[in-house]
Amino acid sequence: MADFLRRLPEGGVEGTSKPSFWQRVHLDPILLCIVYAILGIGTFVLISAGESSLYYVKRQLVFAGIGTIAMIVVAQLPPSFMRRWVWPVYVFGILLLLVVLFFGAGAKGAQRWIDLGVISFQPSEIVKLTLPITVAAFLSQGPLPPNLGRVVTTLVLVLTPMGLVLKQPDLGTGMLIAASGFIVLFLAGLKWRYLIAAFVLALIGLPLLWLFVMHDYQRQRVLTMFNPEADKLGAGWNIIQSKTAIGSGGWSGKGWMGGTQSHLDFLPEGHTDFIIAVLAEEFGMRGVLFLLCFYMLFVVRGFWISLNAKSAFGRMVAGALTFTLFVYVFVNMGMVSGILPVVGVPLPLVSYGGTSLLSLFMSFGVLMAIATEKRKLSDK
Amino acid sequence: MSDFQQFTDPRAERRLQQQRVMIVLALVFLLGACLVARYYFLQIKQHERYATLSEENRVHVRPVPPTRGLVYDRNGVILAENRPSYTLSIVRERAVDVDQLLADLKDLIGLTEPELEQFQIQRKQYRRPYEGVELRFRLNEEEVAKLAVNEFRLPGIEVEVELIRHYPLGEIYAHTLGYVGRINEREQARFDPDLYDGTRVTGKIGIEKQYEDSLLGLVGYEYVETDARGNVLRVLEREDPVAGQNLWLHLDSRLQKKIYELLEGKRASIVAIDVETGGVLAMASVPGFDPNLFVTGISNRAYNALLNDLDKPLYDRSIYGQYPPGSTVKPIYGLAGLAEGVIDSSFTVPDYGYFQLPNEERRFRDWKKEGHGEVDLRIAIEQSCDVYFYEMGYRGGIDMLSKYGDLFGLGKPTGIDLPSESIGVMPSRDWKRENRGIAWYPGDTINASIGQGFTLTTPLQLANMTAVLARRGANITPSIIRAMDQAEFLFENIAVQDVVADEQHWDLVYQGMEDVMHSIRGTAYRIGVGMDYQMAGKTGTAQVVSIEQDAEYDSEQLKERQRDHALFVGFAPLENPSIAVAVILENGEHSSAAAELARALVDEWRLLQQQDDIDAEAEIEVAAVREVGT
Repeated sequence: MADFLRRLPEGGVEGTSKPSFWQRVHLDPILLCIVYAILGIGTFVLISAGESSLYYVKRQLVFAGIGTIAMIVVAQLPPSFMRRWVWPVYVFGILLLLVVLFFGAGAKGAQRWIDLGVISFQPSEIVKLTLPITVAAFLSQGPLPPNLGRVVTTLVLVLTPMGLVLKQPDLGTGMLIAASGFIVLFLAGLKWRYLIAAFVLALIGLPLLWLFVMHDYQRQRVLTMFNPEADKLGAGWNIIQSKTAIGSGGWSGKGWMGGTQSHLDFLPEGHTDFIIAVLAEEFGMRGVLFLLCFYMLFVVRGFWISLNAKSAFGRMVAGALTFTLFVYVFVNMGMVSGILPVVGVPLPLVSYGGTSLLSLFMSFGVLMAIATEKRKLSDK
Repeated sequence: MSDFQQFTDPRAERRLQQQRVMIVLALVFLLGACLVARYYFLQIKQHERYATLSEENRVHVRPVPPTRGLVYDRNGVILAENRPSYTLSIVRERAVDVDQLLADLKDLIGLTEPELEQFQIQRKQYRRPYEGVELRFRLNEEEVAKLAVNEFRLPGIEVEVELIRHYPLGEIYAHTLGYVGRINEREQARFDPDLYDGTRVTGKIGIEKQYEDSLLGLVGYEYVETDARGNVLRVLEREDPVAGQNLWLHLDSRLQKKIYELLEGKRASIVAIDVETGGVLAMASVPGFDPNLFVTGISNRAYNALLNDLDKPLYDRSIYGQYPPGSTVKPIYGLAGLAEGVIDSSFTVPDYGYFQLPNEERRFRDWKKEGHGEVDLRIAIEQSCDVYFYEMGYRGGIDMLSKYGDLFGLGKPTGIDLPSESIGVMPSRDWKRENRGIAWYPGDTINASIGQGFTLTTPLQLANMTAVLARRGANITPSIIRAMDQAEFLFENIAVQDVVADEQHWDLVYQGMEDVMHSIRGTAYRIGVGMDYQMAGKTGTAQVVSIEQDAEYDSEQLKERQRDHALFVGFAPLENPSIAVAVILENGEHSSAAAELARALVDEWRLLQQQDDIDAEAEIEVAAVREVGT
């Protein structure tokens, strides 16, 4: 009955009003509009990036359809239910990560996929979604801010999947998983002295990470990021080409389907991780800002949901999921424009990719479930 | 757990969390601002620089096509090579107006209709960006100069040195060696695009098609920096292509040339096989055509002319032509009768000029109206006595004939390394039921026993049959290729003893075949006169089944085309045979005409071998002298 204790006395007033349509279907109309607007922009760019073949576009839309259904289903689950049942999913995700390490299908020297014949998927996507929920569920069991024991337990919860993902090896996803876990800790009101201690530890830990954990190709990527011109044809090729694509787009761009960099095969992965370069080349900075505005709207709406959540759990989950999406945006746009290493993070809702789209929509479902959470009678 | 919760203050918690959310929001805006700054820097501040990079300093990855493997004959004479030549192509992306450009080029170097027609076809096919569409091949120096001078006002043209396949011997190997041609759309869909990156041609027929995978080689790549007009400024990095494998064939181009001289103006096919190895020494189908026409794309008119030619120059008679073998199969059937005990050396048949099945009116006639009298197998082969084989075929039955026909490789692929040879027909009960839907009649056996009726064979099958005969039953799959890649990889087909018979059976058949050439009553006696070696042979004629009644051709010509085909098979020398030959002379009428060609070929082969021996001896002497000198 931990929830009972955390209910606010003055919060009961609005709960008495009749639930609106959106509350009854457990969807957030504003968030929906933003999501489909971004998806629409992404599809538009994908048509151009897919070299006038609609193959990717069609598949992307099919996945968006499936994702929408998944989102609606997830949105119906009460947050208290998620809080109770996220644990088995978390454990399942960890098990899958172990399976992938030993039996997974490899691609480009990394084992990330589980191949079920009909579909193949990355278990790390499951973990990306469930980790912040798990951590929030754990932390909301006790008083906030969490004491040292709880912080340490949280570290274990976060570092276990992160370590497994790093082993695959997938540096980008590992970092994102860590970020999505730690942001919950921050939102839980982690004491500043812990934060400072962590920062100091990181300063010491990074060199160790560089020397003992990182793979050659990961080091290479980081080095290339700082000096792409050093390896023009190899690792630096992608960055030089994407920077050229972005830069040559200027303010107004070369026009839809008019990107020379992307259409003349200079730009690699134009439909997946580097799709922002296609957008930047064809629609210019105007286009980039336009898209970025929608992401910002998403963040604002997501945080609004967090601020108005009915429980500490809801606040942490909504805040963490929203922030994670923004981190994707930031890392992707940063790596394509050459301020972050190329770590293989897709641009949410815009890059082509079924698994990523599906897990994004499920996280929107969670957000909406939190946004439309009903008060119990006891709240009054 | 619960004792902690006693101290939780929901209101304080909420305030703390909301504070944290606001901090994160601020962080998000800060990071967002970083992104905006970065994109502003790239897209606005440095726009000029990147626009220039994008427009004028393009780094392209270009495929470097491998050099196609060369083809040599058995003596190292080159049969297929690659010649550098200038090619004019148009890069659509760089041309302002392609039609205007074509008009300008027409004024400048005079484009022909077929070239324009080809260009329009090629233009519609998929190609990677900035890959040119070829317009004219083999530019001469004057044209290259004219284009160089006018290049500045003709954006989009590209003159490149390219290696173009060339067949120095032209016509004589058009069928066997085949030719390469532009990759068409069907092939493009089938080929692995990585393997054919930058390669525009592929083997279409013959050896060029059969060994495409080996001849092709491995594509290389180069990263080049080009300016806005696509001119290469410098090569940044290069991964060299690996040239295709060179092929060494069994074919002897000297022998082939000789055959072409002999067959001038005729319609014929000759196949000669090296008895020892199964290697094909010569393979000719006349008339031929110039394979070089096909390399860069033949014009429709020229192609139609070849296609509609009544003499069918495009048609490789040696592996696709199916002819009734006629009497040339008599030796193998004679051997079948001996081996199966149907006949023996003393078995004779009275020949009165015809044969009748019991209780049947129909007479199967001998080619010699009055008959040959009492004949045994040796005489029956020597004089090609039909009645003897009718009788023997009747006694042995079709099953025996089909069995031995099959053992000698008739009615099935020989397995030669050439694409899609015809399989011919060796009739049997099953074959007739499947293909004609009716039962086998005794009369069918009688026809089959002299190689008529349903039986159809290719010249290659006949030559192979003869080689098996010369090896006393051992079959070696005939092959064109002898070695690959610096002669390091030798191809050797192993001998399989397909036909089992007693030595004296073979001897008896050989005697009959020897008599064909060297006995006064032999069907090719006149041809055998003056030979300084012994040859075993068998003549044959095949009736022309039908010919289209076409008003276009005058009766004289029609008459000529209705004459019987003349056939001959043989091997030489009789002791230790080295060469087996099959000749089909379409409408040759008299089988001796075919025999004459075979003899000329064997004579030439022996002469060449003697020359080679002398050369080899001289070489050894020279080497010996050198050794002494040092």
